Amino acid sequence: MKKLFTTFGFWKMTAVVIMIAGLYSTYVRFFHGLGASTNLSDTFPWGIWIGFDVLCGVGLAAGGFTLAAIVYIFNIKRFEPIIRPTILTAFLGYLLVVVGLMFDLGRPLQIWHAIIMWNPRSVMFEVAWCVMLYNTVLALEFAPVILEKYKMTKTIKMIKRISIPLIILGVILSTLHQSSLGSLYLIVPDKMYPLWYSAYMPIFFYVSAIAAGCAMIIFESFLSSRAFNRGLELNLLTEIARICVVMLGVYAVMKAVDLNDRKMLSLLTVPRFETYMYWFEVTVGVIIPFIMFTQRKIRQNTTGLFIGAVLVVVGFIMNRMNIAITGMEGWTSTTYVPSWNEFSITMMIVTIGFIAFYFIAKYFPVFVDEHEHEDVHKNSVNMYSMHEDLRKVSSPV
Amino acid sequence: MVKKKAMLIDITLCVGCNACQTACKEVNHMPVDEEKALSTTAYTALNEYDGVFVRRMCQHCDDPTCASVCPVGAFTKMPEGPVVYDVDKCIGCRYCMQACPFQVPRYEWSNTYPRVQKCTMCHERLAQGLPTACSEACPTGATKFGDRDDLLKEAYERLAAEPDKYVQKIYGEKEVGGTSVLYITSVPFENLGFRTTLQTTALPQLTWNALSKIPGVVTVGGTLLFGIWWITNRRHEVKEFEQKLHDTNHSNHGKN
Ligand code: SF4
Ligand code: SF4
Ligand code: SF4
Repeated sequence: MKKLFTTFGFWKMTAVVIMIAGLYSTYVRFFHGLGASTNLSDTFPWGIWIGFDVLCGVGLAAGGFTLAAIVYIFNIKRFEPIIRPTILTAFLGYLLVVVGLMFDLGRPLQIWHAIIMWNPRSVMFEVAWCVMLYNTVLALEFAPVILEKYKMTKTIKMIKRISIPLIILGVILSTLHQSSLGSLYLIVPDKMYPLWYSAYMPIFFYVSAIAAGCAMIIFESFLSSRAFNRGLELNLLTEIARICVVMLGVYAVMKAVDLNDRKMLSLLTVPRFETYMYWFEVTVGVIIPFIMFTQRKIRQNTTGLFIGAVLVVVGFIMNRMNIAITGMEGWTSTTYVPSWNEFSITMMIVTIGFIAFYFIAKYFPVFVDEHEHEDVHKNSVNMYSMHEDLRKVSSPV
Repeated sequence: MVKKKAMLIDITLCVGCNACQTACKEVNHMPVDEEKALSTTAYTALNEYDGVFVRRMCQHCDDPTCASVCPVGAFTKMPEGPVVYDVDKCIGCRYCMQACPFQVPRYEWSNTYPRVQKCTMCHERLAQGLPTACSEACPTGATKFGDRDDLLKEAYERLAAEPDKYVQKIYGEKEVGGTSVLYITSVPFENLGFRTTLQTTALPQLTWNALSKIPGVVTVGGTLLFGIWWITNRRHEVKEFEQKLHDTNHSNHGKN
């Protein structure tokens, strides 16, 4: 118990430091402008707030729609124990993307313009609408967890009645905007380095987001099993890793075929910064975890699972950062290194996410098996049936 | 129908006097000190390459990338040619800057409520039947204002009249689907900082290829998902029903 307290003390301190730095940077951003707070320029107008906060934030939250589809569309109910924390992760992820956007937009108070001023030819317009609608869907998907605590069974029932259309809507919206984040870059065929630019970027974005979403489910389960001192649904995570490895395989094959089709394979050996970054991203995020997760032994091993998942997430982040930053530097002949304000605001946003998750999970029934987590290990069938009972009372949609 | 206007810039005639920039700054009420690059206070600027001067400015594309990407439609292509920006719509996402193939739009980075800035092609003057201020100020005729069709014809005539002098190409005739600013030169365009690898079809088609698939994804995806749900759910129900049947049979047996 003491040890737990001291480790928590450390993390608390870190969080406080990050928050103070972030708040200061927030002040600089809003009172002195983007020029004073960022290293963005006319030749490099999009930095890590787009590359990381938006592209990675949305992508890493893809576990939400993936798992929702598995549990409610494919009716594979044994995944239910991890659906609530996953939906919560996705919901917080998307809310924080909007927060990140408020920092990045030059005229944040005009953000609502996207609702009434339409430009259907714009990918950004489509993404804005999808994110808006999907946030609403996620709120409804997660609402029962909150309502349950206050025993508002009537409202829960009402949401449950529309649950299937809601889930389907969520899956479609996710499919659209996850891929559209890739479409955003279709408009810069000359600017982006050809290792990354491809007409198939929308599909790459979609598939890699599902892989990363799966990895995030594993990652987040580990963290919360630590933080809340609860059991781990190892057999479920092993299966998630299997979905992940299939996605990684599909992704790798598509990328290779695409490079070959575009006659760009030779670029893989050109000694350039872009080449190294590309190999780094592919090795860390695709090749190594693919090999790891194809091994049953590693999939069923706690450490193996965790390391594999972290690699996928890191590789995914590298991919998005390469597309947003590395791939765009050459043509514009600029080097962009984020300012410390950009870093500190990004870290603050991530920290807010962790804190919010911690408190919501602590005070609301996110981990429904919590008081019985001993059973999770002993008898998964028992846990499942317990869930069935609970589900009858209420379920996250 | 209104005729599409344009400007023809003959680089061989430019003497680098900067009169265009000064005139532009005057009509746009900007500080008139000389600037060497496009900025929020310079909609046009001269770049020098070994004594050759090249005027930079917005190309006023026929199918402008900036207008297609803007989520709130802050850019409009007017039938007369100008591509104009409406600050009252802009949310400041800077997608226009990211996407413009000529890297034209500039941002007021030091402003806390910044605007995007670029050449307006003097659309207010055009509405009054006046030429652009910069072309009017140009002492050598290096910048000439007129109907796009006429200027294209004239450019071809100049190229044909002095084939040894001119590079046989009109920059802006076909680039990204054509633009309302046309350049001709005696020095190869690549050596003057022009992007010569740009495609000849308009860029917005690239994103439209993806966007136009949305209705399909929605209808096919929706039907598919609903179908899968229906089947798996049915299976689930059947299983539960059989289980119940089984159970009741068993208990009945027990009673008997
Ligand atoms: S040059 Fe750039 S800013 Fe000007 S109209 Fe074309 S895309 Fe828009
Ligand atoms: S910065 Fe303004 S004008 Fe440019 S794309 Fe965004 S909303 Fe449109
Ligand atoms: S067309 Fe008008 S706004 Fe554009 S550079 Fe010339 S004077 Fe300036």
